Amino acid sequence: MSRHVVAAVGDIAPGDRKLVIVRGRPIAIFNLGGEYFGLLNRCPHQGGPMCEGKITGLVQASEPGKYLYSKAGEVIRCPWHNWEFDIRTGQSYCEPDRFKTRAYPVEVADGAAVVEGPYVAETIKVNVAERYLVVDL
Amino acid sequence: MNVQARQTPTAAASSKLAIADGDIHPTRKLASEFDPWLDKRWRDDVATFGARQRQPWQNAPAYPKAQPNASRRDAYPPEGGRQGSSLPFMQQQHLDPANVALGILNPLGTGQGLQNIDMSIALCHATNEWQQEYWTKPDRRLRASVVVPYEDPIASAKEIRRYADNADFVQVFMLSRTSEPLGSRKYWPIYEAAAEVGMPVGVHAFGYGGNPMTPGGYPSYYTEEMVGHSQAQQSGLASLVVEGVFARFPSLKMIMIEAGFAWAPSLTWRLDNAWRRLKQETPHLTRLPSEYIRDQVWWTTQPMEEPEPRTHLRDAINWIGWDRLIFATDYPHWDYDDPATSLPLKISEAEREAFFIGNARNVYRGV
Repeated sequence: MSRHVVAAVGDIAPGDRKLVIVRGRPIAIFNLGGEYFGLLNRCPHQGGPMCEGKITGLVQASEPGKYLYSKAGEVIRCPWHNWEFDIRTGQSYCEPDRFKTRAYPVEVADGAAVVEGPYVAETIKVNVAERYLVVDL
Repeated sequence: MNVQARQTPTAAASSKLAIADGDIHPTRKLASEFDPWLDKRWRDDVATFGARQRQPWQNAPAYPKAQPNASRRDAYPPEGGRQGSSLPFMQQQHLDPANVALGILNPLGTGQGLQNIDMSIALCHATNEWQQEYWTKPDRRLRASVVVPYEDPIASAKEIRRYADNADFVQVFMLSRTSEPLGSRKYWPIYEAAAEVGMPVGVHAFGYGGNPMTPGGYPSYYTEEMVGHSQAQQSGLASLVVEGVFARFPSLKMIMIEAGFAWAPSLTWRLDNAWRRLKQETPHLTRLPSEYIRDQVWWTTQPMEEPEPRTHLRDAINWIGWDRLIFATDYPHWDYDDPATSLPLKISEAEREAFFIGNARNVYRGV
């Protein structure tokens, strides 16, 4: 396992996402109001590229006629077949018991620490005054 | 859309099996792409009155689609325009990486089944010329469909014969929701002409015939329209058999496009059962309904049924016949099936070859 610097904190605005490739693996990094989460960019249903999906919320009904909208901005819908996943955990809301998309924890690290290592940052130019997003892989 | 979101599609590995795709939807980047083949009269008419469908919702489909333009969100061409409007991007995202050796073009929303039948005739012809100019000439893997103004079967037959000797055109294209059942004698000139020129008739889900979406009336939800396509196709296929279309045109081939296939066994069991009891009603049928279907009908696969356990899918295909299914993706539409993941069954090499390309080579004209 190694630690990979994938982006500067300012690269992804709140509510936005960015695709990064870590050791050949495509990972979608999401910014939920300053918290960062990574999901494998491959839907477990048929492989759709999750990063290009719509970010939305979750509509549920406790009983017919009663609706609950929750997790606003925390659900990603696959751009192909609309399967919904929790950005925080990768959990599927279509078939929660059977499907999950691989989640990758994303840490925020100071530039000074990143410069000291042991980090891999092939494509990111590191500045000690900045803060960076780091994925363990 | 965040421009940083897209992974560069990769070209096909040479080891990847070549496939056929029986359902690709090209669309226009600009409405004016039809202009070279449309009289000014029709350009003005479309601009002034619109191409009006036989349905009450005139500026949108009857049901909201799951994704914009009912298409994959990752299929917008980088240079702009709707999904499916760029040949270079279709090549880069779909044809090359999936190793599509034969792609059948099925243009939708062009002018079939319109209220104004003369406009429908003009737009369908423009669609056919446009397919050749924009798609089949620049990419020889692609083949066109003769899009017919099916509510005027005489004009449709003329359009089919116009392309009789044009090898770029390999099937006749209809939609399932016609104003009368598909087997109605009104439509026979279409089937007669198709059989004469050796093209199969592909019947694609959708269309607006003026009838409710389901036999029970107008449903509330898009989900119901989606599953309603298999109901519409079953009514159409039963009509084709019982009206005697297959008996009258024994060389006619029909392809059921984008309406599922796992319903075929049970529909056929019921047809055979009813026909045995009611034979005197339809003496023009000399064989069991299942025999006509077995000999003259093919199915495209997308959207593939996904039963649990998956072995049920094999049971359905075994009944229909591994020689009768034509793999299709529906690119760029949102319910696209990926050739790499959509058939999760262990199959033999012969089955794989038939399913992914061999059957298509047998059914489409001259491919």
